Amino acid sequence: MEFKDYYKIMGVARDATQDEIKRAYRLLARKYHPDVSKEPGAEARFKEVGEANEVLKDPEKRAAYDKLGANWKAGQDFRPPPDWNSGFEFSGGGFTGGDAAQFSDFFESLYGRDFGAARGSASFQAKGEDHHARVLVDLEDAYIGAIRTVSLHVPEVDAQGRVAMRERKLNVSIPRGIRAGQHIRLVGQGAPGLGQGKSGDLYLEIEFRPHPFYRVEQHDVYLDLPVSPWEAALGAAMNVPTPGGIVEIKIPAGAAAGSKLRLKGRGIPSSTPGDFYAVLKIALPPAGDEAANVVYRNMAAQFQSFNPRSKLGV
Amino acid sequence: MDSDEMLPRLSGIILEEQTELTLADVCRACAVHAEYIIELVEEGVLVPVGREPVSWRFTGVHMHRATVSLRLQRDLGINLAGVALVLQLLDEVEALRARINALEAE
Repeated sequence: MEFKDYYKIMGVARDATQDEIKRAYRLLARKYHPDVSKEPGAEARFKEVGEANEVLKDPEKRAAYDKLGANWKAGQDFRPPPDWNSGFEFSGGGFTGGDAAQFSDFFESLYGRDFGAARGSASFQAKGEDHHARVLVDLEDAYIGAIRTVSLHVPEVDAQGRVAMRERKLNVSIPRGIRAGQHIRLVGQGAPGLGQGKSGDLYLEIEFRPHPFYRVEQHDVYLDLPVSPWEAALGAAMNVPTPGGIVEIKIPAGAAAGSKLRLKGRGIPSSTPGDFYAVLKIALPPAGDEAANVVYRNMAAQFQSFNPRSKLGV
Repeated sequence: MDSDEMLPRLSGIILEEQTELTLADVCRACAVHAEYIIELVEEGVLVPVGREPVSWRFTGVHMHRATVSLRLQRDLGINLAGVALVLQLLDEVEALRARINALEAE
């Protein structure tokens, strides 16, 4: 078992006052709160800080912890001395059943058994914690729905009382019409409850994997559609990919670069489906060889009065 | 990420499309007393449809906001007005992030 340096975790000196500890906790809790922070590993850090606070904010638990001595280093192999907690009585203030499951085995070895015994006799129950995770799905999944396997890392206590991270896999149906930023709630798939308490829920936040050519805005899907100068000038019918399959669209003669062609109802499906927009980009055929240069020179002669920069005043 | 044939399939509900939740539904889902949800409505954290508590209708998003409020109050020791401010600022940050992503994609 690894020794945990609660003072180091909280970033305070060993002789810090209770007020200093409270301030340090508030600062770190705000920084790493999983509902607020987007930093990777914020949740693990938040739990660590919560555990350190649980000990240091309680003068009795802190005094017992201090009695272990200042020579221990974080990560060092630790076994509590046999009589380490004699002469202390823990009142258990704030040590709620719901939080207990998340503390480290180091914490459990110091404070856990007494509380476990006390709790066992009462018929304590609490709803399990809700879990949150993000899932990357393809835009195409929103059009037809899909089954995705989600991997979650959950802390679990084994038969020897050790906490280990276990990988948990779930097959989740991604409903048709889902959009980025929406949440899927899976009832009872969070942490197990205590006693007769119900399990928590699992919330999955949906994110679209960036697509090489589609962009999504709310319900609407955009595609940059390259067309040749003659297709734009003369009009043309062409095949265009959409996440729901290839469709044929007609470009009107004289279409300008940047103009949007709307395919109504071909965005992300829903009761009021979004639209699909093809944004025209003019693609030039490669120049360089003599035959191509002749064509471009002819165009220059034909469109002598055309100034593409007229709006820029030059 | 693709599907694994050995596992059972789970279907959930899309929170954002889950509407018509009553006060009782939200209280049950968040495991809180009705008074707490009423306070959140009075503070403007949740804006249900309907005038009286008995006719209030919430969405799945409201339910999620209520659980986040509970956690923020418990873990950070902020009062309800503070929670309301945090949620409002988080919404703004989220909107700005989405805007940055859209601009970077262009």
